[in-house]
Amino acid sequence: MAPAIHPISLFFASIFTSNILLANFLGMCSFIAISKDSKSSNGLGLAVVVVLTITTALNWVVLNYVLVPLDLVYLRFIVFIIVIASVVQMLEMIIDRVSQTLYLSLGIFLPLITVNCAILGVSLFMEIRQYSFIQSAIYGFGSGLGWWLAIMALSAIRKKTEKSKVHAGLQGAGLTFITIGFMAMAFIGFAGLLQVQ
Amino acid sequence: MNLAYFVAPLAVSGISAALAALISITDRIVNNYGEVTIDVNSGSKKLEVNGGANLLVTLAESGIFVPSACGGRGSCGECKVKVNSDVGPHLPTEIPYLDKDQIQNNVRLSCQVKLKTDIGIEIPEYLFKIKQYTGTVERIRDVTHDIKEVYFKLDDGQTVDFRAGQYGQIEVPPYDKVKDRTQRAYSMSSVPSDTNHVEFLVRLVPGGIVTTYVHDRLKEGEKMKVIAPFGEFYVRETDATMICVAGGSGMAPFKSIFYDFIEKDKMKDRDIWYFFGARTKKDLFYLDELEKMQNEHERFHFVAALSEPQPEDEWEGETGLITEVLGRYLKEEISQEKPKEGYLCGSPGMLDACMAVMREHGMTEDKIYFDKFA
Repeated sequence: MAPAIHPISLFFASIFTSNILLANFLGMCSFIAISKDSKSSNGLGLAVVVVLTITTALNWVVLNYVLVPLDLVYLRFIVFIIVIASVVQMLEMIIDRVSQTLYLSLGIFLPLITVNCAILGVSLFMEIRQYSFIQSAIYGFGSGLGWWLAIMALSAIRKKTEKSKVHAGLQGAGLTFITIGFMAMAFIGFAGLLQVQ
Repeated sequence: MNLAYFVAPLAVSGISAALAALISITDRIVNNYGEVTIDVNSGSKKLEVNGGANLLVTLAESGIFVPSACGGRGSCGECKVKVNSDVGPHLPTEIPYLDKDQIQNNVRLSCQVKLKTDIGIEIPEYLFKIKQYTGTVERIRDVTHDIKEVYFKLDDGQTVDFRAGQYGQIEVPPYDKVKDRTQRAYSMSSVPSDTNHVEFLVRLVPGGIVTTYVHDRLKEGEKMKVIAPFGEFYVRETDATMICVAGGSGMAPFKSIFYDFIEKDKMKDRDIWYFFGARTKKDLFYLDELEKMQNEHERFHFVAALSEPQPEDEWEGETGLITEVLGRYLKEEISQEKPKEGYLCGSPGMLDACMAVMREHGMTEDKIYFDKFA
């Protein structure tokens, strides 16, 4: 049975209160590495939105029409990853053909996303929480937006902290971790408003 | 037999197969750019090719070999080509290999440029002459204990058009633990007029992939791929005194150059000094030919020098490092007034040392020519 949460509530919850990055801490590697540069952050964020929306919906179809009927749900890890990798491959070709500008801003980030744990994480949450198709698609899209929002926020903050006086031992990654901690607290501050289950 | 065992593998491979099919269909539809035209050097050559692949590969398929050491992975920066039409901004993978002027002039790495529409490019004319040949070993013999002279006949009556001094790449198939085809550059030692043969001198380098293959495996009658000609190492048309220095298999381009001179009757036109350095007498070769050349041509001087002559060598010629001998001759024997040009072929260490000596004696770097590959 799909949980009774309204798709619109789910949409906002996945962006703010259960932000995939700041509540679940998924997709941290590229979050920390790429946020140094806001232009790249934007490209990567956009790519995550696109890939998350498509793969979550597609994985829902594969899960409910192939894996569940055949009683093969234990294979979801492998199957989800295969689906994600293929989708990324196809997306890259299509974007290259359709829009050169978009390709240039996403281009090198698309292949990186295949191994981003946020993508697999969202598909697995979708399975655990037994979302319906609509819920899954919205959850995927919302989580992507949340990821994008978080990395843009962090890159903006890092731009500022770069110029501030920081104790030598905390420069770079150290301060970034502390910043992320504060950001997580701020986001979880919304938790009372909405709960995702 | 329980069929349930097969459900899981079949399901996973079924899903993978479906996705793979989807990818290749997308590739067919999306990556099909139809026929595009490559306009080379503003109309001097027009190529009709299928779009979709990168420029480097497409040009190679049409018989134009832009130099590339990494084979199109974007890691060597050798395959630069000037693009005259708009193919979009430079990719992040290209930027590290280009300087400001090149970016301004839209110089691109041809392996990173995908052919989508008609395109105009500019490449040096000499690239047109570079072709891939199959050669059959007609003769292979030892000229010293570690240098082999390999004489290829080009198959199917093909001919090669090169300038004496240029080099070719020979390609060795995978063998033993070597998994990939491997190419290495060697100067051609045959004369350009012998258009359907090429000759290389290959010195055995311990552990070298191509040299080991040539020395241990290559037999007469065997076939090998040769790509030629490359390089900027050829004699400039002046009447300056030529100061040529070589060691080991660095003999190759000079053999080609001198015999080419003799054929064209140019030996009388300028002074030529040829210094050849070796350790002991067993490292010297072609001595008879070169001494004969010296006797027949007044303006040709051959100086061999041994750095470690053995007692049994009974060596009466010059001794010492080739750089010392070169310095002495530049100071005492060779006319100071006439302009000089340097031609070098040998190991990178020898090249650097000889350049230093030449500079010391007033020769300028823009008049010293060499191909650095070792």
